[in-house]
Amino acid sequence: MKHLLFSGKQKLSDLIHANYKLLQVLPRFNIKLGFENKKVDEVCEQYGISPHLFLMVCNVCTFDTYAPGKEAGQLDIDGLILYLTRSHQDYREYRIPVIKEQLNRLLDRHNAREEESVRQFFDDYSAEVIKHLRHEEHTVFPYIYGLKQGVRSEQYHIRQFEKNHGNIEEKLHDLKNIIIKYLPDQNDGELRNQVLFNLFWLEEDLNRHTLLEERILVPFAQQLEERLNINHE
Amino acid sequence: MNNMQPGTMKARKKYRIAVVEPSILLSEGLKTMFHANAEFEIASCSTNIPHFFERPTAIPPDIILINPMLIDFQRQNHVRAVFSSHPGALLVAIVYHFIDQDVLRQYHGSITVFDDAHKIQRKLNHAINTNHNSPETVDNFDLSDREKEILMSVVRGLQNKEIADAHNISIHTVISHRKNISRKTGIKSVAGLTVYALLHHLLDQNEIE
Repeated sequence: MKHLLFSGKQKLSDLIHANYKLLQVLPRFNIKLGFENKKVDEVCEQYGISPHLFLMVCNVCTFDTYAPGKEAGQLDIDGLILYLTRSHQDYREYRIPVIKEQLNRLLDRHNAREEESVRQFFDDYSAEVIKHLRHEEHTVFPYIYGLKQGVRSEQYHIRQFEKNHGNIEEKLHDLKNIIIKYLPDQNDGELRNQVLFNLFWLEEDLNRHTLLEERILVPFAQQLEERLNINHE
Repeated sequence: MNNMQPGTMKARKKYRIAVVEPSILLSEGLKTMFHANAEFEIASCSTNIPHFFERPTAIPPDIILINPMLIDFQRQNHVRAVFSSHPGALLVAIVYHFIDQDVLRQYHGSITVFDDAHKIQRKLNHAINTNHNSPETVDNFDLSDREKEILMSVVRGLQNKEIADAHNISIHTVISHRKNISRKTGIKSVAGLTVYALLHHLLDQNEIE
């Protein structure tokens, strides 16, 4: 499996050609396009990014069967948390508002019953996502920073980390089915497709995001806790 | 007559597998994998379904390992019917493309090209052991009247226990109805089911709190 993954010797542009969805990973590392024929290692050096972290994220976003975790020893945890935080920002400030705007335009063509129920569903869903992101930023990430400096916390323990992003995933899945199967047609084909493309994309992106948190972030925090003799139950 | 040494375990029955798979690489690989296996043997390999039916073996296979992509779209939801001449055989899918979950549910099990020998054997054993509760047909996706009643109770916010009491059924039955409702509608959350009920005029807006 390992030889099938991306490596630092490859041109960054080749990675994008292999998986164009990596385009949305670049800004979260602050990498700008126009990098000519530079290799991944060179671009990482230029931007002061850990190539190990960058490649891990690109591999997670590209190869379905890739399960990171074994090489956690060399993990740049600050870099990972920065990446996760910027992804949150992206969801909150860009991805979700775009879907909301498109969905509103779509629902304007529908009767009040349809409009109100679907809009309400989406608003509840996005509020739930944003609450979850804030919780991670305000509680989980600072807790891990604290652990790194040897600070214990009475309020939080990594075992409380919501392994189960289940609720959020379930609702996104439901929303897709409502729009695909149950919302009556109002000659809204193109707009409706745009909403669906964005929902599918958001879902895929959130799944990769969850994978990074559950496979990398949480085990790392557990290791730190063990080192500080914070007991697990 | 038993010619085994005393004290040895009773030899387990060998399961005969028919492979229906267009890739020679894959079927040869499966053959190699099962070559020295004590429980399973590959009895035949076919590259497509007509080929499989043209060459019946003396003893019918216990397991048909088949690539679901070989079954055309019209018959994809009727996999059991395609193999109705082999009612006793377990159907196990070989998966390396995207296969819809509803299609896959008709099979007794599935293996993927990323599984190792150990995992494949475990999955086949699992399919054999769970065969008795064979999956129900996926033809009917309309909610029954009973399911609609349960759905209405769910979106009105009743808990399983309350629904059971209201309809005079066991909690177990309520859960089973709810599973079927979610499977048929493709919607799992209560909020999503509420939207479903509204869009199907089963519920008025002012009924929701």
